[in-house]
Amino acid sequence: MAGSIEHPIALGADREQVSLPLLGSVHEWVVTVDHKRLGMMYIGGGLVFFVIAGLQAATIRLQLAIPEAGIVAPQVFNRLLTVHGTAMVFLVGMPVLTGFLNYLVPLMIGARDLAFPRLNAFGFWLWLFGSLLLYFSYIGGDGLYGAGSAPDVGWFAYAPLTERAFSRGNSTDYWILSILLTSVGSTATAINLLTSIFCMRCEGMTLRKMPVLVWLAAVVSFLMCVALPPLSAAQIMLLLDRFLGAHFFDTQAGGSAILWQHFFWIFGHPEVYILVFPAFAFANEIIPVFSRKVIFGYSVMVAASCAIAIISLSVWAHHMFSVGMAPAGNAFFAASTMLVSVPTGIKIFNWIGTMWGGKIRFRVPMLFSVAFLVQFLIAGLTGIMLGVAPFDWQLTDTYFVVAHFHYVLIGAIIFMIFAAIYYWFPKATGKMLSERLGKWHFWLFLIGFHMTFDTMHFAGMRGMPRRIYTYQPGRGLDTLNLIESVGVIFQAAGVLILLINVIRSIRSGEPAGDDPWDAWTLEWSTSSPPPEYNFATLPVVRSRRPLWDLKHPEDPDWKYE
Amino acid sequence: MSAASAISTGAMNLGPVEPTTLPSRGRVGIVILILTETVFFSIFVAAYVFYIGKSLNGPRPKDVLAPPILNTICLLSSSITIVLAMRALQAGSIRSFGIWWLATLALGGEFMVGTAMEWHRLIYTEHLTIRTNLFGTTYYSLVGLHALHVTIGLILILLVMVFTMLGYMDRRHAERTDVLSWYWHFVDAVWVVVFITVYIIGR
Amino acid sequence: MMMKRWLLAIAAMMASATLAVANDWGMGDANSKIPPSSIFSPVSTPASDISTLAFFVLAITGAIFLIVGGLIVYSIVRFRARADDDGREPPQVYGSNPIEFAWTTVPIIIVFVLILITARTIYTVQAAARPPGAIAVRVIGHQWWWEFQYPELGIVTANELHVPLSDPKNPTPTFLVLESADVAHSFWVPRLAGKTDVIPNHKNTMWIDPHQAGTFLGQCAEFCGTEHAMMLLRVIVEPRGDFQKWAAAEKQAPVQDASVARGRALFESTACVSCHTIRGTQATGTFGPDLTHLMSRETLGAGVAMNTPEHLKIWVHDPEEMKPGALMPAMNLEQKDLDGLVAYLATLK
Repeated sequence: MAGSIEHPIALGADREQVSLPLLGSVHEWVVTVDHKRLGMMYIGGGLVFFVIAGLQAATIRLQLAIPEAGIVAPQVFNRLLTVHGTAMVFLVGMPVLTGFLNYLVPLMIGARDLAFPRLNAFGFWLWLFGSLLLYFSYIGGDGLYGAGSAPDVGWFAYAPLTERAFSRGNSTDYWILSILLTSVGSTATAINLLTSIFCMRCEGMTLRKMPVLVWLAAVVSFLMCVALPPLSAAQIMLLLDRFLGAHFFDTQAGGSAILWQHFFWIFGHPEVYILVFPAFAFANEIIPVFSRKVIFGYSVMVAASCAIAIISLSVWAHHMFSVGMAPAGNAFFAASTMLVSVPTGIKIFNWIGTMWGGKIRFRVPMLFSVAFLVQFLIAGLTGIMLGVAPFDWQLTDTYFVVAHFHYVLIGAIIFMIFAAIYYWFPKATGKMLSERLGKWHFWLFLIGFHMTFDTMHFAGMRGMPRRIYTYQPGRGLDTLNLIESVGVIFQAAGVLILLINVIRSIRSGEPAGDDPWDAWTLEWSTSSPPPEYNFATLPVVRSRRPLWDLKHPEDPDWKYE
Repeated sequence: MSAASAISTGAMNLGPVEPTTLPSRGRVGIVILILTETVFFSIFVAAYVFYIGKSLNGPRPKDVLAPPILNTICLLSSSITIVLAMRALQAGSIRSFGIWWLATLALGGEFMVGTAMEWHRLIYTEHLTIRTNLFGTTYYSLVGLHALHVTIGLILILLVMVFTMLGYMDRRHAERTDVLSWYWHFVDAVWVVVFITVYIIGR
Repeated sequence: MMMKRWLLAIAAMMASATLAVANDWGMGDANSKIPPSSIFSPVSTPASDISTLAFFVLAITGAIFLIVGGLIVYSIVRFRARADDDGREPPQVYGSNPIEFAWTTVPIIIVFVLILITARTIYTVQAAARPPGAIAVRVIGHQWWWEFQYPELGIVTANELHVPLSDPKNPTPTFLVLESADVAHSFWVPRLAGKTDVIPNHKNTMWIDPHQAGTFLGQCAEFCGTEHAMMLLRVIVEPRGDFQKWAAAEKQAPVQDASVARGRALFESTACVSCHTIRGTQATGTFGPDLTHLMSRETLGAGVAMNTPEHLKIWVHDPEEMKPGALMPAMNLEQKDLDGLVAYLATLK
């Protein structure tokens, strides 16, 4: 079954030949095709960009802390918000989440690597160079016109602001090329993950016996395969417009500005689910382990995820309620949007069902997961408000929307990424993270998050549009904005503690052992960190929780599934 | 006994192992790639259809476009020749594989020559370029995108042809070659859609 | 109390860190006389329809939040591991079809109700009939200001939309046709209606029927480039009589004041004329706002400053000072010429 994988011993032998220790280890990371190393490189790279794009956000909040502040010029502010948004989606969310899936999926399906290890490395390097291009635009974006450095068109880059007539220089071209490259990289990863899940599972692991995380990895990969191409296609059209004088989005020549919006959101909405599904996936592993209970309603969870994925492909125009669609169109997209809340609700209920009757241990990963549950609930409910088209006419493009999607992207996704870091760090490094520092991180970040983003809802409802570099005094927005900005200090402190925690643990962390959380999936059956070949002998499974079966031979899962 | 070895050996009587049969990686991979490409093309087709009749100035499709019948016949028949080639390879007959494979290459090549001639006529006789109007914009990008895929296919087919002529080809490569043939069928199928969109609906 | 003092301390810190705080040009005072543009204090039918719907949705989502949030809190408190735990695993429950069925069906019913009520409001706002007394206004979005044309009245103005008060018994709503001269914008006055995008090569429509007189603040809500933040707009709702008086004054040709002839000559001989229109002069440009009755407007530069001769001088001298990135170039006039030009502009009442 896995016979085509190179022999692990042979790979180890190559390593001995490199003599210089530091150069040798750099070389090893550069040429690696090991899914675990690539996964860690994705996560590490993503976290570096997380810090950079986070500092950009902090600058945005500093400028908006008081009305009519002059800390950054409008042009600089617009670049900050564009690069912050683009980076957080494509340079942070995507790589960190696919990094985790890269690391975990082969371990969880009992395989030695992904289906196409070299394609995996190719995807990573494509992503890295694409990411560097985005930040390189600060240097190279001037172009021959000397007009503008980094992109300043917003992360969804509405036409015709992106056309040559309104965006001179090369900043928009950097935005296009950067995202195009990272998208191709992500598509390669998605094809790889999906193929691996179909073709590389260990003996006994039928589709119905895969961990929920692997199911969600499959759903995410499917969504990436169908949602990223529309963005790439639209970006190629924009490139043709900008370089060859085509007219796709050129409103002067009869082109349509709205067509770009459709193409972008056909990608953009599923993208939200591409980012949030891995967060769900982590919750599906972490909540059961710390509740000491099997996931409640496995099949329903999987079915709900598939339903969300399918419905999410037909809701894109709810980002466009204000473009003047016909009432029937607005009603359709309002309906499909609200329909998503049904399977999403099912997921929340099943997580509660998993905790119900358990013995919940509040270790750091579980703390983040509980906060995720509450915050994702709120994000879902504000999502319903935004789905009510007339309500959206008031709320869209305001700070309410900013609050809503940060509730999803931070309140749900970043919180679950933190949970996943605390949960799987021991597996990847063999060291535990400090529980005490972890709790400081959790509480500081939680307080900061709520100060910043709860208040944004109210600013939006009081008429504050998004993407404004300043606002005038006397509009009832001053106090709200000040609280939002102060919250950033707490969030930054939390992230700083995480970094300290990681560095301390790598140096002198408590040894973790193979299975520190007393968990049930296959990655905990191998050593920490796992060997390059993952498993000395390939595992054989009989249920969704092979380690439960092993630990509880008197009450194994396979009797009930 | 560590958890790892216990779980793999199945030393403890843990219960029944459900049989699993797993498909080939190459075939699954190419199917997903084709899915991705299909979405990619459908966006260009959508743009084409959206802009039919919206050009502010001429030339218009009905004045300058003629359905490329010969090209279409050649490209579609190359799907047949590639199937015959694959049958020959699976049967172990390298010589007849080579002949059918060469035929595929030639038919694909003819398609590219035909496209080049059509573009030459449009650009130099009809003065239609990508920047002339929305028709030019959408026409060159959709047809060009398809031609790009044909070109990639032809390069890969040529590579296999070279290997065949050097005598490296044998039955063991049938699986991988077959994956390539699936890609070629996809390119053909896209042409059917492009042909209907551009030369029938769009005219 | 502690919290407030502490916030103030941080505010002071931030304020001192931002020495480069820009001048406020009188807008803070002017704004504080106008109530905040809350979407929940509507004064026009589209906005109040939305507000009513919004309260209904808030009630439903609030109830869901209380129930589900309560369940989460209950389960983490009730089912937390105790210190005296015996170390045995809790009973494993794999799922329950009746429960799954229940928490699928109930949300479907709620969603169904929400969809129906949403669709109703969509149609009442979007498909409203246009009564005979309606005023028509053509709104054109520019980078970064608003042009308002009243085709039936023959008026062209900028950034401040005057509309008549609409009596519910005898409604005189205003119907807006929205177009863009360059990139995508969005027209938004929260207390009057939801936003409608202003898109090039695409006509949109919306309507308002304000039933309270006063000034209502709004602004562009779709990112449109450098000065998106300062593409402000105000809607001035006046009783029918006052509106007609305003319209009549706008229709008149500008005053010809001999004392500012020099300023007028300067205006007509500089680049001003290629972008601005003043009826009755050689200035017929359409790239910038119509200045025929410039001084009838409260604000300058799409709401960036109060419209006073002092501010006008700063603006004409170099708009960058008030609105960095504005497309109007600095006129680089000598002080004497600047004074003369602004003296002329100040007569355009």
